[in-house]
Amino acid sequence: MFTRTLRPALSLLLVMTVLTGLAYPLLITGIARVAFPQQAAGSLVIQHGKAVGSQLIGQSFSDPKYFWSRPSATTPQPYNGVASTGSNLGPLNPALIDGVKAQAKALHDADPANTQPIPVELVTASASGLDPEISPAAARYQAARVARVRGLPTGRVEALIASHTQGRLLGLFGEPRINVLELNLALDGLH
Amino acid sequence: MNADTTFYLMLLVFLGLVVLCVKPLGSYMADVMEGRPNFAVRIGGRFEGLLYRLCGIDPAGQMGWKHYAIALLLFNVLGALIVYALQRAQLWLPLNPQKFAAVSPDSSFNTAVSFITNTNWQGYSGESTMGYLVQMAGLAVQNFMSAATGIVVAIALVRGFARHTVSTIGNFWVDITRSTLYILLPLSVVFALVLVSQGVIQNFDGYKDVTTLERVSYQNPKTDAAGNPIKDAAGNAVTEAASTQTQTLPMGPIASQESIKELGTNGGGFLNANSAHPYENPSPLTNLLEMLAILAIPFALTYTFGRMVGDTRQGWVILAAMLVLLVPMIVLAFQIEQHGNPLIARQGIDQLASATQSGGNMEGKETRFGIAASSLFAAVTTATSCGAVNSMHDSMMPLGGFVPLFLIELGELAPGGVGTGLYSVLMFAILGVFIAGLMIGRTPEYIGKKIEALEMKLASVFILTTPFVVLIGTAVAVSVAAGKIAVANPGAHGFSEILYAFSSAANNNGSAFGGISANTVFYNVALGLAMFIARFWPIVAALAIAGSLAAKKRVPVSDGTMPTHGPLFVALLVGSVLLIGVLTYVPALALGPVVEHFALAAVK
Repeated sequence: MFTRTLRPALSLLLVMTVLTGLAYPLLITGIARVAFPQQAAGSLVIQHGKAVGSQLIGQSFSDPKYFWSRPSATTPQPYNGVASTGSNLGPLNPALIDGVKAQAKALHDADPANTQPIPVELVTASASGLDPEISPAAARYQAARVARVRGLPTGRVEALIASHTQGRLLGLFGEPRINVLELNLALDGLH
Repeated sequence: MNADTTFYLMLLVFLGLVVLCVKPLGSYMADVMEGRPNFAVRIGGRFEGLLYRLCGIDPAGQMGWKHYAIALLLFNVLGALIVYALQRAQLWLPLNPQKFAAVSPDSSFNTAVSFITNTNWQGYSGESTMGYLVQMAGLAVQNFMSAATGIVVAIALVRGFARHTVSTIGNFWVDITRSTLYILLPLSVVFALVLVSQGVIQNFDGYKDVTTLERVSYQNPKTDAAGNPIKDAAGNAVTEAASTQTQTLPMGPIASQESIKELGTNGGGFLNANSAHPYENPSPLTNLLEMLAILAIPFALTYTFGRMVGDTRQGWVILAAMLVLLVPMIVLAFQIEQHGNPLIARQGIDQLASATQSGGNMEGKETRFGIAASSLFAAVTTATSCGAVNSMHDSMMPLGGFVPLFLIELGELAPGGVGTGLYSVLMFAILGVFIAGLMIGRTPEYIGKKIEALEMKLASVFILTTPFVVLIGTAVAVSVAAGKIAVANPGAHGFSEILYAFSSAANNNGSAFGGISANTVFYNVALGLAMFIARFWPIVAALAIAGSLAAKKRVPVSDGTMPTHGPLFVALLVGSVLLIGVLTYVPALALGPVVEHFALAAVK
């Protein structure tokens, strides 16, 4: 029984490898390249002919003139594109609370006048370490700082936030959010 | 709308979409697996016939359960050897633009077993370990084959009920070919293209460097000439200041792998962060579709079952029992996570849900998913054998993290993995009618077949193998240094990481409390064995039951037959699942999430 089973097992496995392991991904790649070239290649953001990032991958910001992204647990640097990870800190781990305190302090130091409670995303690490977005609350929290440093009216910055806010899908799925890289690029583009 | 209303509406719409798929997909799968000519078979029939000739397969030949089981085991073990060889040889293979080195023997073993068993536990980090050829021709192929293996075992068991007085349960080669060719592959093609259109990448380029807006300063660990980190006298890593304005973006054929990863309830991510990574799951829409893809086939197979045994009510009853088990767990996860972490609230942080933020426990969650879509995904992926994650389960609250852990430990049957869910739940149905039979003093029957001593013994083997592997494995790991050193979080949470690892491996889930450093010889070997034993031992038991049932006469329905198509049977089935799950795991769970929950209240 073993030998008469071996031939179909081996040959079927090889045929399936060619079919599902080579033909299938090649077909998808071919169609994707023609139909969705921008998405298939990583949704890169090009400025003056140079790639400055991807719409989908977050970047680290610490300059007060920019909106800051969420904390990132990637190593050695935050938002390391080839080392996606969360912190995996448990809810009682003292390291989690220390991290929250440190991030809250950094936000306060950058804008001592701001006494609002800090939105939770700005002090917690995302799952991927590459979260490209923050909530409208997290953007508004930073609006006064960005406006002051850039010498812009707060209203102008808030309008920019509003125009970059994406809502829930069908009002139900996902969360309202703002792409930080796009928002910061728009800020740099203001005159 | 407040957060609760939005969540419950979302859940209702989502489950509605899932249930809508059940009848069309379920009857399509019944057609295909019963060999009834439909449009797909007419299109693919020629190719299918050619494939059989090429492989020397007689599609008309029927197999007894032993032959079927041997074919299945051989096919899977050969698959593991190929995945192992590809990883070991990847430096010399094409499509490895980052020139990744050969994967270590123990990690290659673990990953090979992991992917053939539909577990997709990952001790490695995808974007820095695996070349594109290994991902495609090794891992993705097993995504298809392990899912197809699950389907064929389920179908063989259903045939055991549907057939009578015969010695055969089908043809393994034909079943595996048909479930790949007509079910998994076409769905994957369509879904992969949808995913690309939404931003999931699909290319063979090398990784891309971009120049970021701001220069990032950080501390870089120093390494010696051999690449090992240098440590100071106190054992802390020595670092030096560094900065960069370059971000390297991973590339690869991700969409084609992502689609089968969900449809086949595999769950192994191309990238380390899995479905939390924006290149795998970029938006609320892709997230919704990925969750639908995970649940579609497992739920639809209940209808396939009903159709094949000639009474669709039997399928709907099982679906109802699955929902009764699943929905409360989803709600629990959402409520706990939305409530947030009181220790973070004490720092003056705003965790309240509002129109402008999701709030709640956002550690380890992505902004675009927030609490609702992360909690739902966590339950969906562990109620099946998927194990893909869109949030980090390790950072969930104690009782939030209890939900995925407990759903895994219940045996992943609400609705369970592709095929595995159906055959697992049928084992509990057998147990349920047996318990009921004891109560009323009659020989138990299910779907017209007498359930006798042999079936009960085999069902017990099926049901008890996995808990045995989980609890023994956990006990060994917490007793040896190699097991304890891998833990990332202190206290009860560290125990939960180990318990989760063995629960996930033995139930072929693949998700993790990811802080655990499992890419060590101890865990690669221990978890590899757990995955293998707890996958194939129960499968052989299920096929043996299929063979025994197929040989039996059909018992006509009489006044004494206990009906298995009503609410009473739903209660019986749910009760059996909970009885076994709770009795088996309560002690272990008490030491993990439960202790941690009370410890949280005691933190000063």
